Amino acid sequence: MLDDIKADVEHNVCGTYCPIPISELSNQMKKMQIGQVIELIADDPGVVEDVPAWCKATGQEFLGIYEEDGEFHAFVKKVKD
Amino acid sequence: MSHKPKALVLFSGGLDSQLAAVNISKVQGIEVKLIHFYTGFCITEHKRRLGIPNKDGKIPQNPALKAAAHLELPIEIIDISQEYINVILNPKFGYGKNVNPCLDCRIFMLLKLKEIMEKENYDFIVTGEVLGQRPMSQTKHKLFIIEKETGLKGLIVRPLSAKLLPKTIPEEKDLIKRELMWDISGRSRKKQINLAKTYNINYEQPSGGCCYLTDEHFAVKFREELSFKKSLNWDDLSLMTVGRHLRLPNGTKMIISRNEGETKFLSGFKNRFDWAYVENKAIAILKDLNEEDIDYIARIMARYCGNKPTYVDISIDKNMIKKIAEPLEDDIINSLKVGVESHVR
Repeated sequence: MLDDIKADVEHNVCGTYCPIPISELSNQMKKMQIGQVIELIADDPGVVEDVPAWCKATGQEFLGIYEEDGEFHAFVKKVKD
Repeated sequence: MSHKPKALVLFSGGLDSQLAAVNISKVQGIEVKLIHFYTGFCITEHKRRLGIPNKDGKIPQNPALKAAAHLELPIEIIDISQEYINVILNPKFGYGKNVNPCLDCRIFMLLKLKEIMEKENYDFIVTGEVLGQRPMSQTKHKLFIIEKETGLKGLIVRPLSAKLLPKTIPEEKDLIKRELMWDISGRSRKKQINLAKTYNINYEQPSGGCCYLTDEHFAVKFREELSFKKSLNWDDLSLMTVGRHLRLPNGTKMIISRNEGETKFLSGFKNRFDWAYVENKAIAILKDLNEEDIDYIARIMARYCGNKPTYVDISIDKNMIKKIAEPLEDDIINSLKVGVESHVR
């Protein structure tokens, strides 16, 4: 299902660890418009729990996450400022 | 249109900051934003970097993020690690028991919050400070110093101890009610634990337990390094959190990995430092290398990589040399060790 999502913004934070991927996700989303989707690419396995947790706390929409070759691709839709 | 009051909460994700956030948001009905500062010295983050799981085998989760999700309160995580070095190296109010500059740290973070407050039109700041809980930063006198140094007099609300402290501006303006806050003081956490049950708050992190700067082993390495150089940079500080540390007879600092996670972590420093490596065994980062120490380096690697004659690759200024070395005797190695090994594994 995630294959069908076309991200408006792709942001690679490989090499950084908790909580920098989330800090970066937050910074990128501030620049985005409501309705746009970001694909966050990270190699910190902790993002599997951190990204949904951040979305739950901030009210943004978590669309899903998958792993490929040790990299995690998380998709988040901006639904509020 | 009337202004809807809102507050910033200095948020670690520990029990006290969660209670403070809950009091202001859910009990008093004020809009809040949680602010979590990343200093670079969080033990949870470091464990994750090294691939060290929790006791339950799970990946350690950032406590602030986890708590914010549970409370369903918006959170912002701000990286202050680069600026924070100066706080650690030059604390105006000195260190605590180890190299924890708690009072300066508090002031620094509150000044950052003040910037956000002014820029984003927040009304006041909330912290989970408890009167008398920590001698370094939470006595009445220290709380007064914090307000004076930050220029935030009357604008810092401490819901856990509010009834024991002077009235704040948000109370005077009737934005929040004093009677809805608490009168907690001292080191006992009984009252907080009862309140956590009332408000369904989860907490795992021990009080003050997530900061490397309070770790005595880290402090030994920090002080030793400062006795050799005038200042420290981010690489120096990061390297203090891993490995075996040895100061060789001619001044070289050698940091050797003890497991796969540390080898991966230290390998990230290879392009900035000289190094020694034994294939599939361990890596050592070499700082301030004195080439007269090279035999020591090779022999120490042999000791920790099988304790037998060993081929060791050494990179000096990007030039590789290969040496075969006999293991160095343990009593000599022990005399070169800096402090004791880090407790984080």
